[in-house]
Amino acid sequence: MSINFNLNGNDVELDVPPDSALLYVLRNDLQLNSPKFGCGLAQCGTCTVLLNGKPVRSCVIPVASAAGQNVVTVEGLGSRDAPHPLQAAFIKLQAMQCGYCANGIVMSAAALLQENPSPTEEQIRSALAGNLCRCGAHGRIVQAISEAARNHRGDGRS
Amino acid sequence: MTTRRSFIKGTGSIVLYFNVMPFDAGVRAANVTELPQSLASNPSLDTWLRIGGDGAITLSPGKCELGQGVQTALAQIAAEELDVDLGRVQVLTVDTAYSPDEAYTSGSRSIEHSGAAIRMAAAEARAILIELAADELDASPDRIGVRNGKFLLDGAATPLDYGSVIAEKTLARHASGSIPVKGRDRYQIVGRSAERIDIPAKVFAENAYIHDMRLDGMLHARVVRTGDREAKLSLRADIDAVMDSPGVIKVVRDGSFLAVVAGREEQAVSAARQLAALCDWKHEPLPFDELSVSEWLREAPAEVKVVAERGAVGSSGIARKVGRSYSRAFQAHASLSPSAAIAHRQGDRLTVWSHSQGVYPLRGAIAKIVGLDEENVQCIHAQASGCYGHNGADDAACDAALIAMQMPGKPIRLQWSRADEFLGEPYGSAMTTEIVAGIDDGGRIVDWAFDVWSGSHSTRPRGVNGAGRFLAARQLARPLPVPPVGNIPQPRGGGDRNAVPIYSFANHRVTKHLVPDVRLRVSALRALGAYTNVFAIESFMDEIAREQGEDPIDFRIRHLDDERAIGVLNKLRKQMSAAGMESDKAPAGVGIGMARYKNSGAYCAVAMRVAVDPDDGQIKLHRALCAVDVGLVINPDGVINQIEGGIIQASSWTIREQVRLGRDGAVSKDWVSYPILSFAEVPTVEVALVDQLDELPLGAGEAAHGPTAAAIANAVARATGKRIRDLPLTPARVRQA
Repeated sequence: MSINFNLNGNDVELDVPPDSALLYVLRNDLQLNSPKFGCGLAQCGTCTVLLNGKPVRSCVIPVASAAGQNVVTVEGLGSRDAPHPLQAAFIKLQAMQCGYCANGIVMSAAALLQENPSPTEEQIRSALAGNLCRCGAHGRIVQAISEAARNHRGDGRS
Repeated sequence: MTTRRSFIKGTGSIVLYFNVMPFDAGVRAANVTELPQSLASNPSLDTWLRIGGDGAITLSPGKCELGQGVQTALAQIAAEELDVDLGRVQVLTVDTAYSPDEAYTSGSRSIEHSGAAIRMAAAEARAILIELAADELDASPDRIGVRNGKFLLDGAATPLDYGSVIAEKTLARHASGSIPVKGRDRYQIVGRSAERIDIPAKVFAENAYIHDMRLDGMLHARVVRTGDREAKLSLRADIDAVMDSPGVIKVVRDGSFLAVVAGREEQAVSAARQLAALCDWKHEPLPFDELSVSEWLREAPAEVKVVAERGAVGSSGIARKVGRSYSRAFQAHASLSPSAAIAHRQGDRLTVWSHSQGVYPLRGAIAKIVGLDEENVQCIHAQASGCYGHNGADDAACDAALIAMQMPGKPIRLQWSRADEFLGEPYGSAMTTEIVAGIDDGGRIVDWAFDVWSGSHSTRPRGVNGAGRFLAARQLARPLPVPPVGNIPQPRGGGDRNAVPIYSFANHRVTKHLVPDVRLRVSALRALGAYTNVFAIESFMDEIAREQGEDPIDFRIRHLDDERAIGVLNKLRKQMSAAGMESDKAPAGVGIGMARYKNSGAYCAVAMRVAVDPDDGQIKLHRALCAVDVGLVINPDGVINQIEGGIIQASSWTIREQVRLGRDGAVSKDWVSYPILSFAEVPTVEVALVDQLDELPLGAGEAAHGPTAAAIANAVARATGKRIRDLPLTPARVRQA
């Protein structure tokens, strides 16, 4: 069955089983690395992507429910040449150890900054309630998101 | 004429130097230094370092990047000695096809081991290249300098650089140990914070992890098992229905080892679920539960050994005797990425990509279990999430290899489920300790008897003889025998790591009770026994200080003669004062803990401020301060990052984590049944480094775990007046204390 959706600004059309988790389609059919398998249970947040601007756990969402919708992953946020403020801040503050949690956290944070361009530290921590970090980089991650929020506002991007 | 080049090619170097230690800054003529262990085992310079004709510099360490920044720190060391910009050093992953064999990346020893080898190899490479440049320039080598890989003559630019003088075999020679390393006073790169070289690829979602590898024709596999490696499988029905499921290509069964291979990943997941529904597993019930495990450990068959003794315990003048017992539950590595591996059989050759901590030891064990010669197996490291010790990485590699052997020509990508990881990984062993101390009239501890009971912390599948330790090894129709568990001797120690007190008690005796069979599979979890032993010792010190009305830092210092230990305590005291967190004045709820990791590694002192809800017993961690002395610091920000992470991870272990036990074994299988601290629950952390330019560089990854546990328990005691001596410090224990 053919499924269409918009991925990072581009329309994609795929012939995949409709009940396949969106995560597997993004990773294996579309060869994206940013959404990661962590639990398959919507408990850890490593697979977080934006579906119509809202952070969702792609490991439990059937690809069929993304049909006709907009999906954004880290690949759609920025690149080495044009990093998103969150990416720039994660590098500047070295906000990770192993980094396996980072892409999911960046997506949760991107959704937060769209809703609230000036989050407090508490609001950031609360927005990351569904994202786990096992290495203990939490403090740096929260600081990086604060820094990105400042730069996000500063350069006038929405 | 005898050119300098021919001299270099001939007998050795011109001046011989003597270094007391591989990292010694001094340059003392007289002798050849002993090579660092890793370099002695892998002496050819080009094993470590390759420089192309284009000047490209490639560093090839034997230590794996585990997400802790080791590649960056090692690149800093190489760049420093070579006098090149850090950005010019590329670092290769560890591969049995070409890397030096440095066994495992563990124990916070990468900087000590690999760093020492790279420093010396790079210094010698630089000296060789300078000789070659001197020859070309017809000048004496002492007139040649290097700036970012370009040669200077009397400080002036020349047309020569590393790439223009090097030949293919220039570095294909054994390290001599005769070239002095750079004096630390001239460091430009080491000791300065450097951005980690592995981070951009992760931030921009490039191919950074083993999970991101996609080989042509790759198939997806899943295993079906319980965590109990001795559980015997019987199938309730035949597997035809599973074979008919979409995409299923093969079901692999060998004894109780069961796996399925499919074309699409979700098809493999679905088929594994169907298979699991057909499985009956026969278990032996556990002889203990969560509450009785400490008591069971004390009664279980054990190898008992006095591992340290000073004076004669019981002989000094004692005014009072105090006995206390401390314990911890089984705890999990709980890596964020479930273990994965790719294995590819081509004829009688097998290639395995794994996030193992040691691809060389893994190679031997895989060769044994699949029945190939070791030279026909290649193991290549690829990154995953943090492992924090011996997690499921090696077992997943073994699983993938067993499946791939039955599917020649097909790259097999095996990924564990979340439950596979929680149930299959070897845990950090439950432990229990007992301290009996004698205190004299002056309130000084003079007598110290410490007993620790623990399972093994060392059951890695190391080499050909270790294959029986794979999870799958016991499941096969012809199971491999399990080698005896490891018993790491002092001074490093396993269950007894950090059991020998840093305090100078007149008499002490430390006894290790190794329980070889604790029924659950156990192995190295970060810090090994040090986490529990430091928790015990530092809780006890705090209890006695408090009972005697003494300041806990003063009380510790009066039992210390190690100046660096005193140094971190004094530094911590200043931090606490600046933060308004003095332990004796603060509102209830500040505690400290201090240790020197492994009694030979980093010194670390932690203070934690907590609040405890008296009704529900919940502990809220507010703020941690830490003073750490890792000797010579290679990458300051890297060290701070490691310590921050150690404090937060240990905070989670300490107030939250325990593997839940059922009748037949562990039942924690996801993040609900094994919760860890969330973003809203972790403390803020501030770390101060005590830089020691003249000391050996030491690892930081495991230094904070024990001190953090003690700091929290001591803070809870301050906040509530209740002493909890069993980890984790759950709300139930707080309420019941």
